[in-house]
Amino acid sequence: MLDVVWLIPALPLVGFLVILLFGRKLGDPASGYFATGMVAAAFVVTVGVFADLMSLDAEARTEQVQTLFSWVTVGGLKIDLAFLADPLSITMCLFVTGIGALIHLYAVGYMHGDSRFSKFFLYLNLFAFSMLMLVLGSNMLVTFLGWEGVGTCSYLLISFWHEKESAATAGKKAFVTNRVGDWGFMMAMFFAFWAVGSLDYLHINEAAGTLSGTTATAIALFAFIGACGKSAQLPLYLWLPDAMEGPTPVSALIHAATMVTAGVYLMCRISPVLEVSASYAGWIIAIVGVATALFAATVAVSQNDIKKVLAYSTVSQLGYMFLDVGSGAYVAAIFHMVTHAFFKALLFLGSGSVIHGMHHEQDMRRMGALRVLMPITFGTFIVGWLAIAGVPPFSGFWSKDDILLAAFDKSPILWVVGLVTALLTAFYMTRQVIMVFYGEARWHDAHEEHGAHGDLEPHESPWMMVVPLVVLAVLSFAGGFINLPFSEETEKLAVWLEPVVGVHHSDTAKLPLALVAIAMGLIGIAGAYAIYYFKKAKPVEPKILADAWGYDRAVSAFMGGPGRTAFEGVAWADSHIIDGAVTGTGSLVQGAAGQARKVQSGNLRNYAAAVGVGVVLLLIWFVVGRGIL
Amino acid sequence: MGVFAADTLQGPSVNWFALSPLLVMLGGAMLLLVLAALTPAWPKRWYATFTAAVAMGSFAMCFPLWHRLDIEGPSTLVGAAMHFDKTAVWVTVTISVAVFLAALVTDDYLRREGLDGPELYAMYLLAAIGGVVMGSANDLIVLFLGIEILSIALYVMAASHRKRIESQESGLKYFVLGGFSSAFFLYGVALVYNGTGSTNFDAIVNSVNSTIPSEKGHEALMLAGVAFLLVGLAFKVAAVPFHFWTPDVYQGAPTPVTAFMASAAKAAAFAAMLRVLLLALPHWSDDYRPVVWALAALSVVVGSVMAVVQTNVKRMLAFSSISHAGFMLVGVEAATHRAGQPEPGDGPSSVLLYTLIYAVLVIGTFAVVTAVSRTGDAATDLGSFRGLGKNRPVLALAMTVLLLAQAGVPLTSGFIAKFGVIWAAVQERSYGIAVVAMVAAVIAAYLYLRIMISMWIAEPESGDGGRESVRTPAYLTIAIALSVGFTLLVGLFPDWLISLAP
Repeated sequence: MLDVVWLIPALPLVGFLVILLFGRKLGDPASGYFATGMVAAAFVVTVGVFADLMSLDAEARTEQVQTLFSWVTVGGLKIDLAFLADPLSITMCLFVTGIGALIHLYAVGYMHGDSRFSKFFLYLNLFAFSMLMLVLGSNMLVTFLGWEGVGTCSYLLISFWHEKESAATAGKKAFVTNRVGDWGFMMAMFFAFWAVGSLDYLHINEAAGTLSGTTATAIALFAFIGACGKSAQLPLYLWLPDAMEGPTPVSALIHAATMVTAGVYLMCRISPVLEVSASYAGWIIAIVGVATALFAATVAVSQNDIKKVLAYSTVSQLGYMFLDVGSGAYVAAIFHMVTHAFFKALLFLGSGSVIHGMHHEQDMRRMGALRVLMPITFGTFIVGWLAIAGVPPFSGFWSKDDILLAAFDKSPILWVVGLVTALLTAFYMTRQVIMVFYGEARWHDAHEEHGAHGDLEPHESPWMMVVPLVVLAVLSFAGGFINLPFSEETEKLAVWLEPVVGVHHSDTAKLPLALVAIAMGLIGIAGAYAIYYFKKAKPVEPKILADAWGYDRAVSAFMGGPGRTAFEGVAWADSHIIDGAVTGTGSLVQGAAGQARKVQSGNLRNYAAAVGVGVVLLLIWFVVGRGIL
Repeated sequence: MGVFAADTLQGPSVNWFALSPLLVMLGGAMLLLVLAALTPAWPKRWYATFTAAVAMGSFAMCFPLWHRLDIEGPSTLVGAAMHFDKTAVWVTVTISVAVFLAALVTDDYLRREGLDGPELYAMYLLAAIGGVVMGSANDLIVLFLGIEILSIALYVMAASHRKRIESQESGLKYFVLGGFSSAFFLYGVALVYNGTGSTNFDAIVNSVNSTIPSEKGHEALMLAGVAFLLVGLAFKVAAVPFHFWTPDVYQGAPTPVTAFMASAAKAAAFAAMLRVLLLALPHWSDDYRPVVWALAALSVVVGSVMAVVQTNVKRMLAFSSISHAGFMLVGVEAATHRAGQPEPGDGPSSVLLYTLIYAVLVIGTFAVVTAVSRTGDAATDLGSFRGLGKNRPVLALAMTVLLLAQAGVPLTSGFIAKFGVIWAAVQERSYGIAVVAMVAAVIAAYLYLRIMISMWIAEPESGDGGRESVRTPAYLTIAIALSVGFTLLVGLFPDWLISLAP
């Protein structure tokens, strides 16, 4: 199957093209099922490729490149449109296509009745294609192509309901923030190309040992800027909470499971370069990661919107992954990426099911007691909750354990901050479960306020929404078993990925650390139960936390105030100051501008005077600067 | 017996074959003017068809010329006044393509505006001659003639929409400012002549080579001459701070004329700039390189930032063309590192490649604007593009491809162009300007996105129902289709074009 790697991205592309041409005819729900089928088919191909790859030697697994065609071959420049199938990329493909197919199926139910149903799946398939290009690209340029593609799709899908002003604004915010990251990616690309003379990952990683420390550090840090944009790390995380304006399947697929992990993936992809870069590069990445993890966890504690909690939680968990990238434990980062994809997709889809059942109510203060009315959603949500809270033997426990172990090896301080984050994570997730599924039903009065819907009775969702929930629940439970820390035998993921990203050796005793982590999780859960279930204490939800420490507002204020003023200032300066200055200086060049002065248009005179100023500047440079001095 | 015996006035020997594209254009222009004056109004589309055929003719003549250059190598023409090399042929191809596409775009436009006639077409061909002369010049005076032939035609063309006051204002502004900058250029020519005793490129270089090294023409007057030449050229390419005319003129001129200005005029001006800087003034490269650097940096940044704050699409594209000029200047800056060396590096070819790619791209973009501007050529604000995705999805898709290419997205020709100049800069270790250019590209992307949002996401303005619908007649459609096709073809398979660039 290795020679059909190209089929993996090609199938969603076919889906995109077919829906582009016949989407309206296919309509609701046929176009949705078709799109689902294409991603599912890509999953089947991925499994085949995976099996083939397994049958190869560990060494041979890293160099399976399939070249479709040479895009640019001129002089020393050679860029291929080629795919690299190695353990890292195929691991990503497996969960991108697998979870992707489930979320597509879910969306068929969720988007039912939307007036732009087929357009939604058009974008969704285009996203799947771009994401697979990003993952499979054998050089940075193909990855960049996918990188831009997923960004555009994310933008289109966030503002899918663009009638809502907030959705349109959120889309713009995502675009602008991501451009900052894209610049970092471009810079990394140029540094790599300049230093190595190639954009191929295989060449770059092979030549990593010969790079000077400074060059490697530059590549690593610029790539990290790119990763911060895509993976929503401080200070560029801003767009992700707002991205929740998009339909919930989009939040689950793009803003939890797949696209936002692209930054982590990129860092793992060029891990040999990270290894030779200066030690402070690793520290920067680890500190940004752990700071983001803690920061976002504190914010999640005070959110009332069911999706905002999950959004900040995603930012926080991505911070964990970067913590490990910075600590050099790439396997742990990818392990957590995989389990997080399972349980966070599950939680998002569960929240979507709740929102669907509640007729688009997202405020948790107006929910409660839903466990009886939505039993399957409830049951699967509980699995996701236990997984993210780090309760053994659910998947999140194993991966979080690896994360904290590697952090401990880097520095105990990082470990402590990670632990606090783990406690907060357990706390806010328990809070969410209690607010949504327990307590008294608060949606009756909420409903009377609304008035419009008639009789609101929360209901369980249709089968195509429930099936993905159940499958993801099973994965969230069992997903951790791919990498159990008992012996080399059970660390299957680590053995599988070792040829690509190396392995992180630790001499620390694992058991005590694990016990502390479990204790932290349980304290968090118990605390939330005491406050929200038994009402032993008043909830402490300071406004500053709900407000994300005021950071978002500060940035918005800056962009809306001084930032906007600066931009408008440029425009104003152009018409006033420059023109004005030019008019003033104009008298200097009166002789030359004599012709212009005959024309009565003030504007024109200013333009001519601007030319005159340019002439004076050039003359000063040439005659005084180069000639006399 | 005449007053002059044949041997008292000996003209230079002329290689008529090498001049054939010029002659085709000149003949075509004359024929068009004379025939149109002697005959009643031609039927629909004939003027445009005739012009496009002439452009194709000069384009076709470039093939045997290219072939001959492959065999015989470059030479000079008409007593060393002009170059006959691949750069010259490349510029001729670019300009022929621009005339061809512009004629197709102009066809229905003139009838829609009630201005049909042969004059504008003849102007295209005459301006093209000026452009080709600029691109082939080997003498400052010849170059000046080319600039004037091109510019005077452009002034008239800019003002040619008799029913729009903005068009006339645009023509007048362009004329006054253009005359102003030409004066500087001519003064520069005079000062260089004063310093070196010649206006011929080779002679200028030789005169410096034969002087004592310590006196290598660093007198103030000579340097002032270099400065003035640079002013004239910077004005023609619309580099900041000599760009002020561009937004007003681009916005006011008839849209197809704007397309022609942004493509043919820019290509000719950049070819001329490369020739002057690299062939005539290589000894001053250390003096002017920082200036080119500054012009490039200012142009990419100011062009991108100002474009983002505009609300009129023609103005946006005008500032975007300033930003594109900045990118080309990045390539010029790279080229100046090798001025006077036998191995030119990637700089010159990256600039020439950029001009060709951009010429096709920008005509395609303005062709869509021509369609959207509707009768009166005034509906060019962002609002006019709203709902285009819904009403005319294919047209909106074509515009999207062209805009993505302008933004430099991979798999489009625009990426190849931008990559080329930045790559050339990186090779010459001009990292600073490469970084500035990349930042500007990131900013400028937002501008193209704004137009795309208007087309695809925004609903049509209320009360839009009674508005004239957007029409895309046959010739306009062909022009758009060709530009989009070329954009994607070069984007997907760039090798053949890159390897051709001289």
